[in-house]
Amino acid sequence: MTGIVSVQNLRKTYPGGLHALKGINLEIEEGEILALLGPNGAGKTTLISTICGISKITEGKITVGGMDIVTEYRKARSMIGLVPQEITLEPFETVINSVRFSRGLFGKPKNEAYLDQVLESLSLLDKKDARVITLSGGMKRRVLIAKALSHEPRVLFLDEPTAGVDVELRKDMWNTVRKLKQQGVTIILTTHYIEEAEAIADRIGVINGGEILLVEDKNALMARMGKKKIRIDLMEAANKIPNKLKSYDLDLAKDGKALTYTYDTKSERTGITGLLNDLQAAGMQMRDVQTQQSSLEDIFVGLVQESST
Amino acid sequence: MNFQGVRAIYTFEMARFFRTLLQSFLSPVISTSLYFVVFGTALASRIETVDGIEYAAFIVPGLIMLTVMTQSIANASFGIYFPKFIGTVYELFSAPVNFLEIVVGYVGAAATKSLIIGLIILATAFLFVDLDIQHPMAMLCFLVLTCLSFSLLGFIIGIWAGNFEQLNLVPLLVVTPLVFLGGSFYSISMLPQIWQTVSLFNPVVYLISGFRWAFFGQADVSIGLSLGAIGLFTLGCMTFIWWIFKTGWRIRS
Ligand SMILES: Nc1ncnc2c1ncn2[C@@H]1O[C@H](COP(=O)(O)OP(=O)(O)OP(=O)(O)O)[C@@H](O)[C@H]1O
Ligand SMILES: [Mg+2]
Repeated sequence: MTGIVSVQNLRKTYPGGLHALKGINLEIEEGEILALLGPNGAGKTTLISTICGISKITEGKITVGGMDIVTEYRKARSMIGLVPQEITLEPFETVINSVRFSRGLFGKPKNEAYLDQVLESLSLLDKKDARVITLSGGMKRRVLIAKALSHEPRVLFLDEPTAGVDVELRKDMWNTVRKLKQQGVTIILTTHYIEEAEAIADRIGVINGGEILLVEDKNALMARMGKKKIRIDLMEAANKIPNKLKSYDLDLAKDGKALTYTYDTKSERTGITGLLNDLQAAGMQMRDVQTQQSSLEDIFVGLVQESST
Repeated sequence: MNFQGVRAIYTFEMARFFRTLLQSFLSPVISTSLYFVVFGTALASRIETVDGIEYAAFIVPGLIMLTVMTQSIANASFGIYFPKFIGTVYELFSAPVNFLEIVVGYVGAAATKSLIIGLIILATAFLFVDLDIQHPMAMLCFLVLTCLSFSLLGFIIGIWAGNFEQLNLVPLLVVTPLVFLGGSFYSISMLPQIWQTVSLFNPVVYLISGFRWAFFGQADVSIGLSLGAIGLFTLGCMTFIWWIFKTGWRIRS
């Protein structure tokens, strides 16, 4: 089974000789939200641009909805909507004309009712006849989304849709994305914000140096990382863990001066309060307490560092 | 063929034209009127006739050609350069349109604009001189062909240009001299023999001469040669655009 978007052994070398993508394999399932995480220069935009036909394939094969993006580019591209990373819009044109242009360009007949609906869903209806230049940055980004949705795509690429967008608007954007998913649109978004991936993605992919390091179901990933640790520094070194505390998942440091408690953030009770009480009852005095979170961020940073060395 | 796509490009480009309606029409009309005043009136007292044609009338075809050529290049080069400059060109490349459709949309719109301007200048000319166009259909054909071929050339310049200076460089250094030296305001036969020979290497001479023939039924070079020249020129531009299309030159990395 190939996904709605299938990338096979994709290599991309820019004219200067830079290898931006080094053999990418990626299957995107219909109807899912896939978040691509990666540091600056990882190749996220290059990957998206290549799938969308903006940059040429050096080697490999890409299909969208089963259509090869080179030989059947018309069918493939008409299924794709793209919101680019940079805000690029005709400044003097009105919002509605920019959106109409996109719809026409993708070969779709006029449908004003549909376009109004798209603008409405992005809270842009009142700006319909405003010139693009008079809009705020966040509004412009939504116009870009409206343009990408104007031709009823099955797959939507959002390249850092929330970069430079305030918290409020970011939440709105997430809701918009969720709504689109409900309508059956497959969504691929890139982001630098791990919370964003956590908040809306079904699967998470990590890319660095032109290679995909991991693509995994978000929940599985979170479960793997949903553990937190507390490090308790003791006033006086202990030689063993007291019996009273045996029920906790504790590790004693070699020098006996610190305890590490691992717990599941997802469970109802973390047991922290109990542990702290029991520690006191056992007569151990605490010098300091630190929590260490193994979050998506840790895994991400770990992966990226590993791949860079 | 993605007709909707072509139409979208065409209407979007025409909208740009109508948005700046006043400036689009007014500047060519004013500059042409000035040419009429300066050349038609001032010089006409010195040069009464050229090849038996009243001088003020004689310059009309050249003036229209001059404006149409420069406007075609300006419109078409800007039309494709601007999206490149502001970055909206990504949309063209990600859309299910091929290069031919992009060319038809942009060049079609640019040619339409300069055709409209050409016709307006012709109308303005009637205010200054009595004109009796001998071959109206041929005149229109020549006008349309010139609009198209120079819009194609403008499109190439717009693709090639990497900045605004380059965008103006070719028109300034190549096209304007060729057009001015192409016999807009004089007959080639008025030049010394050596310059007459040199002029024959200027493609614009054939266009202006052919256009003038359509007006007055007489010309510097034969009408067949003129048609051949404009045909060759159009073909050259189309071949070059086809090559751009094949290689992705200056477009897609
Ligand atoms: N047009 C280009 N020509 C040459 N090199 C390029 C071009 N575009 C990108 N690159 C290079 O390719 C690599 C990947 O860039 P890309 O834009 O895909 O990264 P990214 O993951 O989107 O980064 P960011 O998070 O900063 O947007 C970088 O090293 C970049 O310098
Ligand atoms: Mg990017």
